[in-house]
Amino acid sequence: MKLRVLYFARLRERFGLAEEEVELNGTTAADLVAQLQARGGVWAEELAAGRAFRVAVNQDVVALDASLPDNAEVAIFPPVTGG
Amino acid sequence: MKAGSMKIVVQPEAFDLGTEVDAMRRGRTDIGAIASFVGLARDMNEGSGVRAMTLEHYPGMTEKALTALVEEAGSRWALLDVTVIHRVGRLLPGDPIVLVAVAGSHRGEAFAACEFIMDYLKTRAPFWKKEETPTGERWVDARASDDSAAARWVVPPDQ
Repeated sequence: MKLRVLYFARLRERFGLAEEEVELNGTTAADLVAQLQARGGVWAEELAAGRAFRVAVNQDVVALDASLPDNAEVAIFPPVTGG
Repeated sequence: MKAGSMKIVVQPEAFDLGTEVDAMRRGRTDIGAIASFVGLARDMNEGSGVRAMTLEHYPGMTEKALTALVEEAGSRWALLDVTVIHRVGRLLPGDPIVLVAVAGSHRGEAFAACEFIMDYLKTRAPFWKKEETPTGERWVDARASDDSAAARWVVPPDQ
């Protein structure tokens, strides 16, 4: 399925990318994270197990086992630090 | 809280607490209490000086998350009005960052809902701070104390 994937804050800087289209071979947020990790380098490092990051689907934070609808807007970002 | 009786704004510009509280009160006599909170940019964090900070956010999700947490406050307490303003962009020490003002019939719900909204905003609204220090720029890390502050408000199951 096709996804629009956004990155914010430290992850946007580390990946050198704010937004991209991803053709996902899978169905869940975990599948997407695994596919991005497989790129290696900073992707493998920042999205490794145990690293703190959040995934939002269509602007709601979800658990990694959440299913992704086709054409979803998925965002991956560090824990928030506003206020 | 009646539908529409909330103001949620994300903006680069400064805000004025007095102006916002006056706007809440104007034309009504049913409000008995307004509790407010203003968060400010400090010149020190994690043991080093901070010259400035830049706040980034996720346009769209930010407004959605703030609306959801104000609605959650409105479902927990009888509120008459809520204003939340959060700034983005580059801020200097002393600059106001965030304002929460809650109007109710009595102080109890106003105080509680104001603190609840700030605790949830800290852990749920997609904002990120980057600080400029004498040794370079750094992204602020999330704090465990913010998670435990938000966790206080979780209603135990079967209660």
